[in-house]
Amino acid sequence: MTAQTLTPPVSATTQRAAHHRRGGHGIERRPGWFSYTLVVVFFVAGAYPLYWSFVMGSRDNAAMTQTWPPLLPGGQFWKNVAAVFDTIDFWKALGNSIIVAAVITASVILFSTLAGYAFAKLRFRGREGLMVFVIATLAVPTQLGIIPMFMVMKQFGWTGTLGAVIIPTLVTAFGVFFMRQYLVDVIPDELIEAARIDGASMIRTFWHVGVPAARPAMGILGMFTFMTAWTDYLWPMLVVPQNPTLQVALSQLQSAKYVDYSVVLAGAVLATIPLIIVLVVAGKQLVSGIMAGAVKG
Amino acid sequence: MTSTLSSPPRRQTRPNAPQPAASNSRLTLRQRLNRWDVRYSPYFYVAPFFILFGLVGLFPLLYTFVVSLNDWNLLTGPGDWVGFHNFAAELTDPLFWNSVFNTFSIFFLSAIPQLIAATVIAAVLDQNLRAKTFWRISVILPYVVTPVAVTLIFSNMFGEKYGLINNLLEAFHLPGVMWKSDTLPAHIAIATMVNWRWTGYNALILLAAMQAVPRDLHESAAIDGAGAVRRFFSITIPSIKPTFIFVIITATIGGLQIFTEPKLFNAASAIPGGAQRQYQTTVLYLWDLAFNRQQFGKAAAVAWILFLIIVIVGLVNFLLTRSISGAETKAISRRKARRLARVRERDAASVASVQAEGSIE
Repeated sequence: MTAQTLTPPVSATTQRAAHHRRGGHGIERRPGWFSYTLVVVFFVAGAYPLYWSFVMGSRDNAAMTQTWPPLLPGGQFWKNVAAVFDTIDFWKALGNSIIVAAVITASVILFSTLAGYAFAKLRFRGREGLMVFVIATLAVPTQLGIIPMFMVMKQFGWTGTLGAVIIPTLVTAFGVFFMRQYLVDVIPDELIEAARIDGASMIRTFWHVGVPAARPAMGILGMFTFMTAWTDYLWPMLVVPQNPTLQVALSQLQSAKYVDYSVVLAGAVLATIPLIIVLVVAGKQLVSGIMAGAVKG
Repeated sequence: MTSTLSSPPRRQTRPNAPQPAASNSRLTLRQRLNRWDVRYSPYFYVAPFFILFGLVGLFPLLYTFVVSLNDWNLLTGPGDWVGFHNFAAELTDPLFWNSVFNTFSIFFLSAIPQLIAATVIAAVLDQNLRAKTFWRISVILPYVVTPVAVTLIFSNMFGEKYGLINNLLEAFHLPGVMWKSDTLPAHIAIATMVNWRWTGYNALILLAAMQAVPRDLHESAAIDGAGAVRRFFSITIPSIKPTFIFVIITATIGGLQIFTEPKLFNAASAIPGGAQRQYQTTVLYLWDLAFNRQQFGKAAAVAWILFLIIVIVGLVNFLLTRSISGAETKAISRRKARRLARVRERDAASVASVQAEGSIE
């Protein structure tokens, strides 16, 4: 079902051509002030809640009661951060999140690239049928399988371990589909044939032809897998409440007996800072990743 | 199918293929290994995915169905086989329907404004703005904030006593809104969190689709006297329809499974989803049923009902979007084709070069 709704892949050359056409001839005028007003409004709407949290997180609870919100940060950010560290084991949770997201990302990239390469470039009996299966499962909300998953984890005594968080998301149908869509255009069949004629085994061909060609898509897939794993809350909350990931620990800030809003907001800001840094450093890649995801899958 | 295969190493052994027994003896070990390599490697490459996906994706979903047919308790384990009793019980439970109502209400409050806003932003970003990259990055700023952090922030902004929004309302001498106690305000607050995080992301997806629309179409329409607004509705919107459907369907799958936002919206509430369960979504209801009330069987039934709802809504979405704009699009694409033909005649040389470049796949 989903497959039919996807935009047909546009090759990199076509995109470049379109880009060239638009930039090169200078037919398009610069847009007027109205467009800039819109993007500025949108930017402020996106940024203000974060800025407000920082302002509030750097003051005490009394600031919350002011009718007009203070516009500048106060001097208590580090005091509030210290309170965050007292309430939750922030560094342990951060470490847990990094381990979980990194392992999931590595696994999804590895298995998606392998399977995606096979579906895109190798011929084998049953290929079409299996690919249809992958596409059909794209839209299946596997999250709804949490009940038996939880029972299995409990049975094996894995609850409380990071393995319990990692295992359910080791592979995704989307990853396979995404890699397949990318590789089908990118690797010329002749290249694989040439490697094979030169006597390379199948796995060597994959390693020396498939993987280098797949690298850009692996980067995009990795970025989004990492984000998804990093933001997940429902499943880690179920299986590792005592050994929390960052999201679970953050949520525990709020359910502490005595809720100090400025501490909660300082915690939210603290947990967001690394991601803002990622956005500043790799924002361009993130943007082109989202846009490529739309065209490819 | 196999007869059309033409991987080179195989070609060498090809002539003898029909009599494997006879030919095998004449093959060296190396050739035989090579042949196995070609034949079975693909299966080894796809197998890990299928095995893992079967174990961690499909099996739990199917086993949920088995659990749903039992009177299963979190603590005491499997009880009696009750057939479809759990389904019947849930389908007549007002709390279940309350959660379905809340889910759809929040879904509509988020999906519709979000798509409209995303389309507008995408159209603005599709223009030749200065500092293009900066604006594109800026729209996904909220996307990198995790849902838990988003909820912590917005739950404070929507605080009833000292929240930012009620403070501002008070500053203008307006009555405060009971964002957490009243049903509609709570739904609006939760939808706001979802919209805040996803609008920019969806705008970029739509932007990518808009950029794939041939510029010639816009140019020729402009020459024919169509204004920017007219071009937006007659060219851009119909051209990005497939992406639009894609965005709607992903929004549906995600939107019907909202959990984090209502779960953490009000930490003070003893009942997840509000004192009157006024913003308890279905996944939150499922979680409450399974892990607080220990009714695994019933919760599993809810999971399956929700699964079916998602599939049905996805299909309805798809069919509706297609049939509504189907006839219209056909007319437009005919017009579009004519227009393109005209443009290409007029500007044959340059378009041909671009086409040639573009069609190298």
